[in-house]
Amino acid sequence: MQAPLLAIDGLRTVFRTSSGEVAAVDGVSLAVPRGRTLGIVGESGCGKSMLSLSVMRLVPRPGRVAAGSVRLEGRDLLTLSPAEMRSVRGGQVAMIFQEPMTSLNPVHTIGDQIIEAMQAHEAGGRDLRDRAIEALRRVRIPAPERRLDEYPHQLSGGMRQRVMIAMALACRPKLLIADEPTTALDVTVQAQILDLLRELQAETGMSIILITHDLGVVAEMADEVAVMYAGRVVEQATARALFEDPQHPYTLGLLGSIPRLDEERDRLLAIEGAVPPPFALPPGCRFAPRCPFSITECTAAMPPLRELAEGHGAACIRAPVEQAVAA
Amino acid sequence: MLRHSLHRLLLAIPVLFGVLLIGFLLMQVVPTDAAQVRAGPSATPDVVEAIRRDLGLDQPLYVQFGRYLWRLAQGDLGVSIINNVPVSQELGATIGPTLELMAASLIWAIPLGIAMGTFAAYWRGSIADRIIMAFSVAGVSVPVFFLGLLLIWFVGFQWQLLPFTGRAGPVWSWDGFQAIILPAVTLGGVFVGPVARMTRTAVLDVLSADHVRTARAKGLTERLVVLRHALRNALIPVVTLIGLQIGFLLGGAVVTETVFSWPGVGRLAVGAILSSDLPMAQGTIIVLSAGFILVNLLVDVLYAGLDPRMRAA
Repeated sequence: MQAPLLAIDGLRTVFRTSSGEVAAVDGVSLAVPRGRTLGIVGESGCGKSMLSLSVMRLVPRPGRVAAGSVRLEGRDLLTLSPAEMRSVRGGQVAMIFQEPMTSLNPVHTIGDQIIEAMQAHEAGGRDLRDRAIEALRRVRIPAPERRLDEYPHQLSGGMRQRVMIAMALACRPKLLIADEPTTALDVTVQAQILDLLRELQAETGMSIILITHDLGVVAEMADEVAVMYAGRVVEQATARALFEDPQHPYTLGLLGSIPRLDEERDRLLAIEGAVPPPFALPPGCRFAPRCPFSITECTAAMPPLRELAEGHGAACIRAPVEQAVAA
Repeated sequence: MLRHSLHRLLLAIPVLFGVLLIGFLLMQVVPTDAAQVRAGPSATPDVVEAIRRDLGLDQPLYVQFGRYLWRLAQGDLGVSIINNVPVSQELGATIGPTLELMAASLIWAIPLGIAMGTFAAYWRGSIADRIIMAFSVAGVSVPVFFLGLLLIWFVGFQWQLLPFTGRAGPVWSWDGFQAIILPAVTLGGVFVGPVARMTRTAVLDVLSADHVRTARAKGLTERLVVLRHALRNALIPVVTLIGLQIGFLLGGAVVTETVFSWPGVGRLAVGAILSSDLPMAQGTIIVLSAGFILVNLLVDVLYAGLDPRMRAA
């Protein structure tokens, strides 16, 4: 197997609070293969956004990455100097965010913001404007020559997200981190943006980390999936394996809460309770208090990620769940 | 944008009218009889009455106000009761030095305040931040006259470093430049603190915005992130707040001019009020408030220039 583009190992991101350090990301290990899409799924507050900001080394204060490594083609990003890290950001690893409404600076034109991204990574060129137009055209923005001189408020949400993507891809990054890229958009626009990301991936061969709480988006986009819960990866598999044969009770719960057209149901299943906050984690398995299959042993120790099949792991002592159900 | 500015200009008219009306009424409340002042302490009641009729002071208030507005519209601000010089002439002579002093104060106070505020915001919680904020609170708390007196006593009198009485010619001459230093330091000194504090708050606010995170994710240097993305956006509220603080600065100018015997509109106003020279006092009020309205108008236009979202509106 080819070496992964990005390998995250034992990553731990902590926040200092008045009641001591709390870990938003707690010992996460993941690999992003070249040219493929890794989906990271979880409820809000599970640490998936902090994970992506940790990769970019943009964790807001008072947070910091406390342990682990993030290797991009073998080079640990966490040990780079600030200047080296800057050239990685936007150059090799780019990021787009959830809120296209607020992620662009309202006082600069679209063109200036794209050109600025290009200037950050190469000595100035005369044809920057043409290249910015080209970048907009690549994300299928009509009349890019005119759009270039417009301000973000003159564009719709979908258009702004396209601009964000154009800006992120301006320097041909190897990895795009998309943090809930379609959550703030309405459904038709959402589909267009996902299609666009897929097309651009096919064109450029970049890898994508797609962070979402929407399993539908994962099913459509991801090759591999990691399910996160309370700062940890609880299940990891190829997208196909995860949807056909989910092993962790939390994944089962998530899948149970997606409405389906081919099944008649009066009520959607929901997982009772909420993700525990990082400063009030239960002992042992963090999902145990909400888990329908939990037994006393679950609270004894944190279950490690166990490989149940080739490339399919789950952090649950009761997995595979068929047995738990049978028992 | 042009429409926006015209709209603001139209809105300034009722404000100016209000200022004139209040200024006029205030002068009626003052326990001074203009006719008596004009006639002098030894005049007979008959003479005082004659002067009163002559000045139109025996008419009802609304007639007086109407006549006042009518004269004003023709550029006639009246004549000083004390020395018979036209008010407009006195104002014309003093407005230059006042503008000069304001400019000399703002030209260093605003950039310094913005720089300090930005620095403090970026290094929030650091020792530098605390020192800057302590300085700025001190700047807000120290009265203008006190700072002026301190500077006069030490820099001017004890150490004999700089002149501290009056204006010594245009700023670009060496004497004129030296003479304006202490007044400008005094008036600007009390302005640095508020500007620094407002800038710090505004920059802190913008630094946590999503688009600043985007700027960092693009790989921009911290310098560009702070200057082009944080400060540039923070200037929108800062400019507005500075505009509002200019009124405060005008008050400071009155005090500074008095303390340093600076021949400006502020000192003229104080002198006129102390000597019950009502037309002169009214004239200075008009000039000072027109200045305030003008500055706010300028801020509105500047605001639209800084925020592209305002241009379309």
